[in-house]
Amino acid sequence: MKKIFAIALAVVMVMALAVPAFAADEIVIGVFEPLSGDNGAGGKQETLGIQYANAETPTVEVDGVTYDVKLVVADNESSTDKAVSAATQLVAAGSSVVLGTYGSAVAIAGSDTFGDAGIPVIGVTCTNPQVTEGNEHYFRICFLDPFQGTVQANFAHDELGATKAYCLGQLGNDYDQGLINYFTQAAEALGMEVTAESFPEGNSDFTSYLTNAKNAGAEVIFAPCSISYAQLIVEQAASQGIDVPITAPDTWDSNVVMEAVQGTDLEVYCTTFYAEGGDPEFEEGFKEYLNSDSTALANNGGNDMIAAVSVMGYDAYYTALEAIKAAGSADPADVMAALPNVTYTGVSGAIAFDEIGDAIRDSAFIKQANTETGVWDFVAAQSVADAE
Amino acid sequence: MSNFVQANLPYLLAGISVGGQYALIAIGYTMVYGILRLINFAHGDVFMVAGLVMVYTTTAMPMYLSIPLVIVATVVLGFLIERVAYKPLRSAPRMSVMISAIGVSYLLQNCALYFTGGLAQVYPTIPWLSNSVTIGSATTKVVTIVTPILTVVLVFALVLFIQKTKIGMAMRAVSKDFETSQLMGIKINSVISMTFVIGCFLAAIGSLLYFTNYPSVIPTSGSMPGLKAFVAAVFGGIGSIPGAVIGAFVIGICENIIKGLGSSWTIFSDAFTFVLLIVVLLVKPTGIFGEKATDKV
Repeated sequence: MKKIFAIALAVVMVMALAVPAFAADEIVIGVFEPLSGDNGAGGKQETLGIQYANAETPTVEVDGVTYDVKLVVADNESSTDKAVSAATQLVAAGSSVVLGTYGSAVAIAGSDTFGDAGIPVIGVTCTNPQVTEGNEHYFRICFLDPFQGTVQANFAHDELGATKAYCLGQLGNDYDQGLINYFTQAAEALGMEVTAESFPEGNSDFTSYLTNAKNAGAEVIFAPCSISYAQLIVEQAASQGIDVPITAPDTWDSNVVMEAVQGTDLEVYCTTFYAEGGDPEFEEGFKEYLNSDSTALANNGGNDMIAAVSVMGYDAYYTALEAIKAAGSADPADVMAALPNVTYTGVSGAIAFDEIGDAIRDSAFIKQANTETGVWDFVAAQSVADAE
Repeated sequence: MSNFVQANLPYLLAGISVGGQYALIAIGYTMVYGILRLINFAHGDVFMVAGLVMVYTTTAMPMYLSIPLVIVATVVLGFLIERVAYKPLRSAPRMSVMISAIGVSYLLQNCALYFTGGLAQVYPTIPWLSNSVTIGSATTKVVTIVTPILTVVLVFALVLFIQKTKIGMAMRAVSKDFETSQLMGIKINSVISMTFVIGCFLAAIGSLLYFTNYPSVIPTSGSMPGLKAFVAAVFGGIGSIPGAVIGAFVIGICENIIKGLGSSWTIFSDAFTFVLLIVVLLVKPTGIFGEKATDKV
């Protein structure tokens, strides 16, 4: 009996290892996203945008031949130590180009694996400058943290009238610490006083940090961190009666955070890539797509609110298709060579790349959480010129 | 002086509250160790599962039904883990049981990952416990005040139970000498099951209190509180119930004081817990209330 069991297990393992065969008229686009872990909620929404785009345009024409586009999704679990194995999985799947990932820290960790394999990657919402710096293969379609940090500092100073700020991020997370750094530089240039603190990974008790903010006399709390921490910070800020505004970067633009904010007295702002209402046609289609599929709806957090990351995922997919068309082949090396000159006008605006591989983007949107209706209200659009 | 108290009261409150929650988990570690000489690594994950059960049951039934159900489900889970993963290894080397415990821990985490889809689950709001309350300068939740009181009451009841009842006496005998008590006719399996039942009951209560304060459950939610509770149990002298409780309060309070010391110190709040573990092991390996180790380990 034991022998049979052991043999059965061995067979299962062999089956799991077997590399699936691909049809010849297929082009593989890898999706490198966190579907679990601290950023799981955001990664799922970004993937939904990509999947919707794929459902809408499932084929691409190269040299007069129509190829099916197949998405291969690899879960990097929001973790820098799982990034490499997820990246390897996409390389093994024969990806022509990879989209992702949500979370700059994981993007940086997985970058070399794609670089060594010669596969180009289009970063969807990873905003840290280091993602594209010093390499040829990483591109991105979103704005960068130095810009976002500056926008945040200006907003806190000009609109909220704050002179003292308290920053809270995760220890050792490139995204969080990078943003705190840029925010601090910009805020100090404006004559603000900044206190920055970090919490260890897996922390769930933020009461002491919030007390620190209160004791420091902060007039604004800037908290660049993952969604799951955001949710806890909001809950505890509400129960501690924090009455200063909380501002946050693009990660907080999520209905998970919104749910936590709803019904509280908090004043929460975030910067983001897309303001709802920007493209009604897209929104209608996407909502229909979400509501037609219960798994998709669950992955979007249980309702059909549109996250900016989904919009970015949607645009990233079309940018990838443009690149494949421009390259005239599905060979990763050709796609990489074609990418710097690709331009595309997406739902989130015009996309073009500079010499580093970053999108030439000049605007960010600031939204405020409406604690009564549970939606994000548009506050202001900030451009580079305003930020400087 | 009053300024100092006003500024620091929130840290102290947070410390006492989280300390009480660690204490409820630590008792589970310390009792199982006292009887089986096993460090039950799955205990922190049982705590996490209790949180998830609460999340899912409240969607289907009212709160007054789901809370007892969570407690019952957690107790049953603890009982099953012991029967399936530890009991068959009763005569195996102690290391095998420990490895089995680590296996159970990962099994629970991965099952949770599967069921939640990897997303953080929002813990339901328990009425009254989640209300805000103002004490002096600090605004906090009612649960912060309830936790230490409930912890002390439960520990007191537990100590009475162990001192006064027959099964309590059997537990004390088994922890003194496993083999001899078996020879004296004590039903060893029921004593061990009882230990797991009590440990898991307290972990379930702990999870109700902990997640009301920090209302997000992820598959690894149990690992950090579990580790800290384990350190608390070692600090107090593993095998000693009052020791575990005092250890847990010390760790909870110190951790939050460090977070309040200023920006250069806050990052060391977790490091402190583990430095404490190393120092205790070096200076007083049996912990503050630990019995002298005559054999074992």
